[in-house]
Amino acid sequence: MSKELYFTKTHEWVRFIDETTARVGITEFAQGELGDLVFINLPEKGDEVIAGESFADVESVKAVSNVYSPVSGTVRAVNENLLDQPELVNMDAMEAWFIEVENISEKGELLTEEEYMKLIEE
Amino acid sequence: MGTYVPNTRDEQQLMLEAIGLSSMDDLFSTIPKEVRLNASLDIPKGMSEMEVSVKMRKIAGMNKVYDTVFRGCGAYRHYIPAIVKQVTSKEEFITAYTPYQAEISQGILQSIFEYQTMICELTGMQVSNASVYDGATAAAEAVIMSREKSRKKALVSATVNPMTIETIRTYLDGTDMEMAIIPEKDGLTDIEGLMSMLGDDTACVLIQQPNFYGLLEDGDAVGGILAGTDIKYIMSCNPISLGILKTPAEYGADIAVGEGQPLGIGLSFGGPYLGFMAATEKLMRRLPGRIVGETTDSQGRRAFVLTLQAREQHIRREKASSNICSNQALCAMTAAVYLAAMGREGLAQAAKLSMSKAHYLADRLCEIDGYELVYKGEFFNEFVTTVNTDADKVLDILSEHGILGGYPLDGKHKGCLLWCATEVNTREEIDNMVRILKDIK
Amino acid sequence: MKLLFEIGNKNRKLDLMPECDVPVADIDDKYKRKKELRLPNVSETEISRHYTKLSRRSFGVNCGFYPLGSCTMKYNPKINDEMAKLPGFADIHPLQPADTVQGCLKVYKLAEEYLCSITGMDAMDFQPAAGAHGEFTGLKLIWAYHRDRNDTGRDKIIVPDSAHGTNPASAAMAGFTVINIPSTEEGFVDVNALRNAVGEDTAGFMLTNPNTIGLFEEHIHEITSIVHEAGGLTYYDGANLNAIMGIARPGDMGFDVVHLNLHKTFSTPHGGGGPGSGPVGCKKHLIPYLPTPRIVERDGILAFDEKSDKSIGRVKSFYGNFLVVVRALAYMMTLGAEGLKNASENAVLNANYMLHMLKDTFDIPFGNGRCMHEFVISLERLKKEKSVSALDFAKTLLDCGIHPPTMYFPLIVHEALMVEPTETETRETLDEVIAFFKELYERAYNDPDSLHGTPLTTPIGRPDEVGAARNPRLRYYSD
Repeated sequence: MSKELYFTKTHEWVRFIDETTARVGITEFAQGELGDLVFINLPEKGDEVIAGESFADVESVKAVSNVYSPVSGTVRAVNENLLDQPELVNMDAMEAWFIEVENISEKGELLTEEEYMKLIEE
Repeated sequence: MGTYVPNTRDEQQLMLEAIGLSSMDDLFSTIPKEVRLNASLDIPKGMSEMEVSVKMRKIAGMNKVYDTVFRGCGAYRHYIPAIVKQVTSKEEFITAYTPYQAEISQGILQSIFEYQTMICELTGMQVSNASVYDGATAAAEAVIMSREKSRKKALVSATVNPMTIETIRTYLDGTDMEMAIIPEKDGLTDIEGLMSMLGDDTACVLIQQPNFYGLLEDGDAVGGILAGTDIKYIMSCNPISLGILKTPAEYGADIAVGEGQPLGIGLSFGGPYLGFMAATEKLMRRLPGRIVGETTDSQGRRAFVLTLQAREQHIRREKASSNICSNQALCAMTAAVYLAAMGREGLAQAAKLSMSKAHYLADRLCEIDGYELVYKGEFFNEFVTTVNTDADKVLDILSEHGILGGYPLDGKHKGCLLWCATEVNTREEIDNMVRILKDIK
Repeated sequence: MKLLFEIGNKNRKLDLMPECDVPVADIDDKYKRKKELRLPNVSETEISRHYTKLSRRSFGVNCGFYPLGSCTMKYNPKINDEMAKLPGFADIHPLQPADTVQGCLKVYKLAEEYLCSITGMDAMDFQPAAGAHGEFTGLKLIWAYHRDRNDTGRDKIIVPDSAHGTNPASAAMAGFTVINIPSTEEGFVDVNALRNAVGEDTAGFMLTNPNTIGLFEEHIHEITSIVHEAGGLTYYDGANLNAIMGIARPGDMGFDVVHLNLHKTFSTPHGGGGPGSGPVGCKKHLIPYLPTPRIVERDGILAFDEKSDKSIGRVKSFYGNFLVVVRALAYMMTLGAEGLKNASENAVLNANYMLHMLKDTFDIPFGNGRCMHEFVISLERLKKEKSVSALDFAKTLLDCGIHPPTMYFPLIVHEALMVEPTETETRETLDEVIAFFKELYERAYNDPDSLHGTPLTTPIGRPDEVGAARNPRLRYYSD
């Protein structure tokens, strides 16, 4: 099963498990910009997510940032580890998935790894 | 004119010249003419400090300070230890700003941390915030805390203080939450009535212990009904009573709120008072307002900071669950000093004394023909009686003797009085008042 | 330093109350607490010393310069505190009959009169306990007004992106959706953006003036007109009123409702984070919606009037932070019309003086060398070139015995430090502080590392805030 990795302009990554399921997280670049994360507000299993809309937010000591969904679908699973250890995102952003989405009906504007790397270089 | 501007006119002139301006008016050149005020303010001329003192004292003299108070209803005259007033008069505490710069504010931060600990101990809950404006807004904030996506209906007992109910109503009006009143039966929350009102859309149930009439509610029954559900159990409580009464935590409450005025704050004609809020650990991040946490600095020294700030308005802005910015810091410190001075024994003593004086007062009042308890349930330090003549007439006569009698109730209890006694009321005062009441035809 | 819980001894206590002189009452076991109540067990000596130590670890206006932009940390006159302690004010039960509290009602009436004169409003209500509470109340007035006219489609409040966080938070809490509009490059309200944002769904617009950059919105008439033409109401955040008392009034600028911060402009002490007071003022057309009860005068007697079916209700118990209003009233009596204007003039003079002396050293991105009562420095260049942030600069100021300016606000300025000296500082203090700032700037350029670990002379160094938020310890545990 190929795991296709895409990115968004708003610094999220999405890794497809199959055509209609994927995992979503924020990029290495994002975690660097945000600094030490202290808390992550995640949605609940069963919640609907919509491409381009905020589905979670991350807190650092002095700021809150929205995390936008790359796809539309239903939340199949939530990474509970992040609730107790938000620092996992700082340590390895590409592995620290936020949610698993199923029944993906729509994809937002997705960038390839190459396109994303170019974007953050600017 | 009185002034706190230290620079003299000459010095001000020099400063103007130093920045290349010739008059004060030049400083305001960016204000468009049509908006400039061209007349003086319609306020009397300024006065010397002595004159202000005389004038304000005259105004204060227009108020009557009662020697004896037998009225509560959300504002209680308790004994305030001298050390409380002394400590809270320290300029460093009074004139300090919010402790955002932790390194120079360890004093304020530590005092709030101690306050938070004390509120947790008092209520039995696991986390407390740094306080909110008063008991009524604390209850409103607690109701808002309990909101879920599918649960937006708040059930509030009719026996909660009417001002609290009104405040909650105002806070919910215009939002997607609504409030329904749980009926009362014999002066207590109607438990069966409550059960018939519960639903999948219920966010919370709020009761007050002791309730507005002074009666002790069956908090266990409510706790039993709500246990295992997603409905939040909110209990508004009297902090002095918690010296001996069962804590909200022991009743199974999720959130404890209340009016902290009895903890060392004077009557103050209603403000500033103190709202405390405490909750289970699970609800920690939903608590509004400031919270102080303990941490260390780079050298491992103990350090206190304002923490979990990302909940708050200055960071979350329109996504904050509450707009509250200030806490009643100095009032919270007052409560902390009071609780430190009283200690466990002192608080239990104040509670026992308040309860005993109130029961003695009730017994003695009921000796008078026409005075009887409206409700027969157990009470803490407040109770309602009928009166054998016009309630206003009774209060006027008491007032002539320097006594503030029970609060005249309205509505279905019109003509009845809601009495209160605390550790401050002596046997002599009670006997004396009863003597006066007996003489009224 | 130890906590109260960590000192003392099990049997230490104070002897505060007499024995019970009536039969001791008891209640059923089911109402009694079983959970142990663990409060400190300390003597009065220990309490006294403990809080003295804490006071030495606090920093009040009585300790030093406090240039917190947007907070107006002016001197807190002691006569005001003395008046608030008079038994005739402090020992009054809020539910005493009206004829026994004519003095209290008079305090509110006089304060209302004076503040209406200062703001150009027609009525003032003192129930809100703080600025944010006042904002919430004021926004509810706007909501009630539109609802009363069946204009229920108006559910948006417009807020500039430079606004204080309480503005959008209060709007959201009052049930509105918030629309943020950008500021112009000069830091002002973008009038075109505002024109595009208003419509049939506009309930109102919130603004501070002078704005949060410390500049007066010169197009204020146009701004309030645009909102009114669209059918919305205008809200004035009174946080920066200290710049314009006796000089300009929100009522004359086209504002319908205002809130004031008595603990800022009117010298009442901040108390380490409260209590304050946030009275709400409004024009005639909003009076019916003010919180109940209102104070009315009938044949020379003041009384509470509870009859108002259009009122938004109560926003808290009783009547507001009365003793704070007492302090503010004493202040206004002391200064009088002339003194209030004099205070604002000198607040603006002191700020401009500091700005003028600092502008050759620091980047002050807005105002072209002038400001009202406060100005914003940007240390963005210093951060880029020397890795010294506004935070580093502020923390180093602590070692100089100066409270730092407000950091990182407003959000539209990077590495912001907002300076508000207020009118109660002497020129010598200003000169001293100016010298410190300049010295520190030099140091930041020549020895940037020396600003990274500060402060060094305070009781603690920089706390681990990340740890505090990740693993919250919010109370003391004895075990």
